[in-house]
Amino acid sequence: MAASVSPSRVFSRPPIEQSGAAVEIGGIPIFLQTADADFRRLIEDRYAGFINPSAKPSCWLAVHLEPPSGRTAEDVQVSRNGSVWRIERGDFCAEFDARSRRGWVRQSPNPYSLDGLMRIIHSLVLAEEGGFLVHAASGVRNGRAFVFAGVSGAGKTTLSRLAPPDATLLTDEISYVRRTGNGYHAYGTPFAGELARLGTNLEAPLEALYFLEKGPDNRIVPVGDSDAAHALIRNILFFAHDPELVKRVFEAAIEFVSRVPVARFVFTPDERAWELIR
Amino acid sequence: MNEKYIARSKAVAARALGGEMMIMSAADSTLFSLSDVATVIWEAADGCTPLSEIVDKHVCAEFDVPADVAYRDAQQLVEDLAVRGILSISSQPVAETERPAPEAP
Repeated sequence: MAASVSPSRVFSRPPIEQSGAAVEIGGIPIFLQTADADFRRLIEDRYAGFINPSAKPSCWLAVHLEPPSGRTAEDVQVSRNGSVWRIERGDFCAEFDARSRRGWVRQSPNPYSLDGLMRIIHSLVLAEEGGFLVHAASGVRNGRAFVFAGVSGAGKTTLSRLAPPDATLLTDEISYVRRTGNGYHAYGTPFAGELARLGTNLEAPLEALYFLEKGPDNRIVPVGDSDAAHALIRNILFFAHDPELVKRVFEAAIEFVSRVPVARFVFTPDERAWELIR
Repeated sequence: MNEKYIARSKAVAARALGGEMMIMSAADSTLFSLSDVATVIWEAADGCTPLSEIVDKHVCAEFDVPADVAYRDAQQLVEDLAVRGILSISSQPVAETERPAPEAP
């Protein structure tokens, strides 16, 4: 005789594959599937402000937890076989199918591995549509977004700390740029730098990109398109030496500098720096 | 004189920007900006036009430079670009199927 099952018990719990959390960064919700309640809580804490339970996911990632291996987060290796990306780092191993936008990751229950993978997946998804992640702080003032790019030490965190009350910080480390019609939008990210503070989950039309440079005064210096493209490409996060991806990132950078004002922002580290950002 | 035929590599992305030709190697992500003369040679590198003809018709016609100097400099340039994988050099015209696609305007 078949065992009887109460309908209320069947429907009171979501199927295991639906258990998890949708993390929406840059308007792209990634559903992280995990049957582990503790890890789900860890995700919700780590990405607080970016969890969107009502979002219709555009990507799915099954998280398979394993005990900590003791391996360190060595250089990431990203390779492609057809539409499937294989992503390996000392502390995690993952695959992501760019066509179905589904994938999996095998990692220990820590937020850092997932964070690293999320950056890579977002950079791959953005490359398909002419956007990118860039080493840059960004903020919104008067409804418009400003992106401040630079390598470590250029002043991203310094400028972020100096932001006036009427400016909203999107990130102090990794900026999220998407193509939107004829322009671009910048989005807040939870990818924090030295400030160790999650960005605000907000988007705004992108007004300008500045390359930061500390100096004796505050001034904005125009940059030629070619120099702007060189500097931007140096700061874009891209992880795979895949010919098709390289071409897309190149095209995205060229398109960006031909449409968005780009300049050098020489600033002296005090609150007057933001007087030029309006 | 042994003729040289040069063809743009398919493993690069190229775009004109602000009057400069920018080229990115898909193999190692290296980014190059070509000078005016190098851009003229790059754009004419169709795999079937001899380098000497490219120099005569394009370089000497557009820039004020003696033919022998232009050809010597062009040889050096294409060898440099070939080492970087931006174009290929052949002693024969490149077969139709191996030729690079025309540049987008």
